[in-house]
This record gives sequence, structure tokens and C-alpha cells, in this order.
Amino acid sequence: MNKQAIIEFKSFTFQYFSQAEPTLHDINLKIFPGEKILIVGPSGSGKSTLGYCLNGLIPFAYKGKIEGSLAIKGENNLEKNIFELSKSIGTVMQDSDSQFVGLTAGEDIAFALENDNVSFNEMHDRVRKVAEMVDMDALLVSSPFELSGGQKQRTSLAGVMIDDVDILVFDEPLANLDPATGRTAIEIIDDIHKRSGKTVIIIEHRLEDVLHRFVDRILVVRDGRIIADMDAHALVSSDILTKTGIREPLYVTALKYAGVKVTEDLQPGYITTLNGAVTREAIIDWQNKIQAPPVKPAAAPILSMENINFSYDGIHPVLQDIYFTIREGEMVSLVGKNGAGKSTLSKLLCGFEKEDTGIIRFYGEDIKKKTIKERAEIIGVVLQNPNQMISKPMIIDEIALGLRFREVPEEKIETRIEKILRVCGLAPFRDWPISALSYGQKKRVTIASILILGPKILILDEPTAGQDYRHYTEIMEFLVELNKLGVTIILITHDMHLMLEYTPRAIVLAEGHIVADTAASIVLTDNRIIEKANLKETSLFNLAQMLQIPDGTAFVQGFIDFERRLKNR
Amino acid sequence: MNAKIKLFSYDLVDTPIHRLSGLTKLICFLFLTFAVMYSYDIRVILLVMVFSIAILRIAKIQFSQVRTMVIYVVVFILTNAVISFLFSPEMGVEIYGTRHMIAQLPGKNDLTQEQLFYSVTKLFKYASVIPLGMIFLLTTNPSEFASSLSRVGIPYKASYAVALTLRYFPDIQRDYRDISLAQQARGLDLSRKAKLTHRFKNALMIVIPLIFSSLDRIDLISNAMDLRGFGKAKSRTWYTARRFSRRDYLAIIISCFIFLCTISVSIFINHSRFYNPFI
Repeated sequence: MNKQAIIEFKSFTFQYFSQAEPTLHDINLKIFPGEKILIVGPSGSGKSTLGYCLNGLIPFAYKGKIEGSLAIKGENNLEKNIFELSKSIGTVMQDSDSQFVGLTAGEDIAFALENDNVSFNEMHDRVRKVAEMVDMDALLVSSPFELSGGQKQRTSLAGVMIDDVDILVFDEPLANLDPATGRTAIEIIDDIHKRSGKTVIIIEHRLEDVLHRFVDRILVVRDGRIIADMDAHALVSSDILTKTGIREPLYVTALKYAGVKVTEDLQPGYITTLNGAVTREAIIDWQNKIQAPPVKPAAAPILSMENINFSYDGIHPVLQDIYFTIREGEMVSLVGKNGAGKSTLSKLLCGFEKEDTGIIRFYGEDIKKKTIKERAEIIGVVLQNPNQMISKPMIIDEIALGLRFREVPEEKIETRIEKILRVCGLAPFRDWPISALSYGQKKRVTIASILILGPKILILDEPTAGQDYRHYTEIMEFLVELNKLGVTIILITHDMHLMLEYTPRAIVLAEGHIVADTAASIVLTDNRIIEKANLKETSLFNLAQMLQIPDGTAFVQGFIDFERRLKNR
Repeated sequence: MNAKIKLFSYDLVDTPIHRLSGLTKLICFLFLTFAVMYSYDIRVILLVMVFSIAILRIAKIQFSQVRTMVIYVVVFILTNAVISFLFSPEMGVEIYGTRHMIAQLPGKNDLTQEQLFYSVTKLFKYASVIPLGMIFLLTTNPSEFASSLSRVGIPYKASYAVALTLRYFPDIQRDYRDISLAQQARGLDLSRKAKLTHRFKNALMIVIPLIFSSLDRIDLISNAMDLRGFGKAKSRTWYTARRFSRRDYLAIIISCFIFLCTISVSIFINHSRFYNPFI
């Protein structure tokens, strides 16, 4: 290519002052104007750091030692300040809620212009124009509390596009979005790319979701180095993904299970380009051989909600006519878009809020009279963000807290802690301060601090949010272990892979009603449910349709059964 | 969602008061406040009070919106009156120069007409500022408030901090609730049953996680603001600024007039800051 690169890294090395080792090693990379690039890599691989170097947060906000050079539009990036850079590079960060600085969408979009001293009239004009581009023009006066996750993200996007930047960087755009909104986000990014011809860089670890639309190149980052730079077809047919701990698209996994050799000839990078016809026979063969697991006898009901209705203000119902029964030892996911009432449901179970009508039963007994504290001994809840639960500097004290509040004698606490530490795999960290732990380990500490009260049921809110495949697997396998020990688990989640892989049953909430309570394979293949709950059909189902397999749901169930047997669950 | 901004629950009600620019409201508020703060003439103070209650009606502010605030204020000014009586029961006599006894109380605490008049004047003085403050707070959009602050000369970084606090206040409130409930589930006792020292320690159990989760948030926000150029220039413009209309000039002229009248009454009629009915 004889075009001039818009971004060029030359033997670039970066080390945070707080780190002993460089986070980025010897990066050599050219990105050309108008390209759409996806950067994937596990957590801690340095992919976010790469993004910070581009937008100037390094060295402006995060200091460190830099070697080599980085040029943007032919000029040395490192000599420019963050404000000059923000004129050519716009960054949409992963948490669109926290970066929403304005009190209304319009104000937030205008933020960069305000800082540029743009006059009142021009500002309103430009805000209106850019809001139209992302379809937010009708919502300019809405406050962040009235906007959905997707709308907040559109607002952030408009907020960076208003400066007419040449390069757009998206840092984990899919985190915190439900599946359908995530898909729309990828479509919007793609449309903007096509229409404006801007250079687009997406940093994300959820490969399959980004590959919903075409990208020019995918860079794989591991341990601070770029270990692959290729197109989607080449990447998906290589073994790089498995080696780096990035989840490959599910339909590719299915092909591999069926013994199909995935090569570039199949065009496997996107489900839409996949040349599936040639694999039909192998797939059908494989499907026919899968045995359904033996049906387990139904255990005793442990928890049920009967005719539950609830509203915060007495006017707008949040939950209506909720009926369900959960049996001992089940692992169930509770899904639905933001605001559908999932968190409210868990609050009712824990006694944080009181139902207006209806009965909650635990082993058949009405628990209306039990206080929050008493309920915690039968139903434990783990919040999404571990930092919201941790109040002690030392692991042991944090875990013991619940028992100390209950004035259990210290010797007894001692023995229970030892047991819980072992169960949660935290024994080696026994005397560590919590601040030295990773996110996943902190999560374990919070789970341990709830488990110590001996609840029979554990409710986890998005236990794997923001985690890469390796950490996701780690957390989920741990939960499976707990489940085997007899703890009934309810997972509130947006993650459809999680649903498919780990929970045989899903309860789907939409607008305060239960719209489905059935097998995960049915939920993720039923258009009606998918639409109501802002989910997205699994690519396995797309594969089945492509191959004209008559019963797509059975195909997905077959995949689940096969995988369970494979992993011996 | 029940976490709405409670303090500045400005509604988008369309009244002439809401349509004024935030800067106008700030200026009028300052004029009228200075007027009643300067004057100790109860006639003037009552007039301003009647005026501001009328404005309160025009702005369609309901009593239910301001009830908590009113209760706090009433408790405050009554306490203030009692305490200032206990500390200097002869203040009124000193000011007005006469002594009309009402009742003899033990010690030196005699109740005089002068003292009573002085206390009542002071009470109304405070009470008349309150509706003004409420009007300002309840009819001004927080960002517009921030923009007004910066236009009267307060550095924009400080003014923006105000708007930002209001933006994130509900988020933090929600975090607080979640954390508090999660800790209560673990057995934290926040009720009055616990001992005072325990309650203090227990409050820390909520505050510590709240601080840590808020620090994460602050880090993100400040990055987001840096990336969009906050703080690069000496000044900034405001999306929510309202331009001055005739209405605004009129409002400023009226409040300036009231201010000047008050001063004139003191200078030309009372010949002091105090109105003296005892001579």
C-alpha cells in the first residue's frame, strides 16, 4: 500500500511507572485512513493501554516510560497534548453511564464544544445535526436516568463525533449492553464507518459479537505484543484464539465438534459468509450421535413466588403476576433487558423491598415475616461490583464479618472460615490484604463472605460482567462447583453464552412479566421471546437455518448436551 | 427508579419564573437578599416577603415540594431567636433606646417590648429570604445554575463541579442504598437499637465501600472529561445558557428598584437600619 498511514507505531514500548514490566513491547503497527480495525486480547494483555496511547490518556493521565515512536497523521503523538489529540481522535469509553457528564443528552453531546468556546447558536445547531446522525434528536432533553444503555452509548458517540474527528476509538463498546442493544451498537458503528469513511478502531474481547459486521483487520494482543494481524477468516481458522483465551464464535465450535476442519476456504469469519453447505453432512452426522443426558428426577421445590405484584410508587407496576418455582440444586438464569424488573425481583427475595401482594415460599414456608438479616441466612445476594461489598482491608476479616455481626464465638468462626476458604480456593491467600487481589479473586471473596452465612440459595448479579473468556470460565466453573455442593444458584445476566453453557433453565422477564420460563435452547431460538427481552438468537441457530436443519431448537439443545458431556458436568 | 434528584427537583414547568435565565434569577436573588439583610424595618421586610410569596405562587411551587426545607428552616430560626434572647436579652433596649417591660423573668432575662419587636423583626428577616432561595433552587436547571455562577465571575471549573455533583448525586445515592442493603443482609444493624459507638462503626461499613466504588467512578469521569477537552481554555461556553430577554431586564430592574427603595427607606425615613416605633 502506498497510502500514508494515519497511525504508525514504531518499536513502541510502554511501561507504567507503577509496574515492574513493560505493558507494551516493541509494537510495530500501521493503520491506514478509513480502515476498520478490531483489537482483541484477554484482560491485562495491554489492548486498553494501546488505546490510551492513541487518545493521549498516556502520557497525560497515566505516566510511564516510553520508548520508540507513535505518529498520528505523520506527527509525533507524544509531543501533542491530550486536547490537541481530542481534535483528531474521539474515544467512546466502555462505561457509557459514567462518562455521561451532562444533565441531559444535548448537554452531554455539546460538552466538547462548550470547552472550545463555541457560540451558543452554532453549538445548538451542531448538536442537532450530529444527534440526527445517531438518531438521538428526539431525546436531547432527556436526563441520563431516562435513557437506556443503548441510548447513552449513542449519546457518547455523538459527543465525540461532534468534533469531526478522523479516528474513532471504541473501548469495549459491548460491555454493559444487553445482546440486542450490543448488536445495534455494532451496526451503528458500521454505518458510521461506511458513511463517514473515518478510521474506526474497536477494542473488545467479545469477538463473535463484533464480527456481526465486517472488519478489515483483527489484531490479537497478548502479553503486550501483537501476535496476529490478519482478516477474520484467517484468524478464525487458525489456533490463535484458543491459545490466547479468546472465545471463538459458537458456530465455529460446533463445526469443530462435528469434526469439520475449519479452513479459510470455508470463509468462516462471519456467519453470513460461512460456506456451510459443504459441512452439512458432517454436522447432521454429529447431531444424530449426540445422546440426551438422562433426565434427573425433579428435586423438592426450594423457592417459589406466587402471584407477586410490586411497584415502587404505587402507580407504575414493576412486577406483575410473578409465578415460578425453583427446585433444590438448580442453576437458573434470570434474563431480560435493563429495567425489566430483574434486580427488583432479587430485592424482593432478599427482603430489601416488600411485595405488594403474593407469597414467597422457602421450602413451602411463607417468609414474609423474616427480616433482611434472617433472609440472608437462607438467600444470599452478591452484587455485581465487588468494590461495593468490601469494607475490610483483610480477606479473613471481610469473610468473617457476617458471623461477627451475629456474635458467633470466635473459635467457631475460625473453623468455618477455614472451610469456606478451601471451598472458594482462597486458602493460599489466607493472610493477604484484599487490595492485592485480582478482580476475579475479589469476586470470590465477596461470594465467600456471603456463603459463610450458609445460605441455600445464592443470587449473583452479572457475575462475569466485563470478564474475558478465561476469567469468565474461572468464575463460572467455581459456581458449578458450589452448585455441586448443593447450593441453588440464580444468575441475573445479559450473557447468552453463559445461559447456554451453564444454566439449563432460563426465566425471562419483560416489562415486569415473566414471558418465558423454559430451557435456554428454546429461549435463544424463539423469535417472540428474543424480541420481547432484547436478546439475540445464538449463531448456532443461524447455522442450523443455513444448513436447513428442520429443528433448530433441537440442534442448539444437542450442542448443549454434547458440551456438557464433554466437560463432564 | 425512585432515585430522582430531590434537592434541585426543578421541574420543566413553564412559568414566567422558569423562563428567566439562571443568571437573572441569581442577580435578583442577591438584590432581594441584600435588601432584607440590610434593613431592620419590619414594614419593608414584610413587603418583600409578601412579594416573594407571590412569586412562589407564580412559579407554581407546591408546599409538598418544600415541606422538609420549611421544617428545617423554622426549627433553625426559632432556635436562633431563643438563643439570641438568652445571650443578649437587652439587645432591643440598646437599639431602640427605650424600655417597656412586659414580664419580669428570673435573673437578668427581662422580656421587653423592644426585645420582642427586635426578635420578631429578625425572625421575619430570615423567613423572607427562604422563599427567595426556594424559588431560585427549584426553578433553575442545575447546569444553568452552574453557567450563571461562572458568568458572575466564579471560575468555571468550580461552577462545573456544582453541576457535576448534581449529575452524579442520584448515582451515588443509589450506590449507597445498594451497599447499605447488602451490608444489612450480612447483619449490619443500622437501627436505633445499636449502641451509638457501634452505629458509628457500622456507618463506616457502608461508607468505605461507597468511597472505593465512587473513586472508580471519579477516575472514569475525569478521563472522559479530559478526553473531551475540559479545562483546556480559560473560559467555556454553556449549552444551557439562556440569552437575556426583555423579561430578564425587567426582573433585574424590579429587584434593583426594591433594593434601592429599601436602602432609601433606611437612609431618608428611618435615618438608620432600624425602624423605631417606640419614639
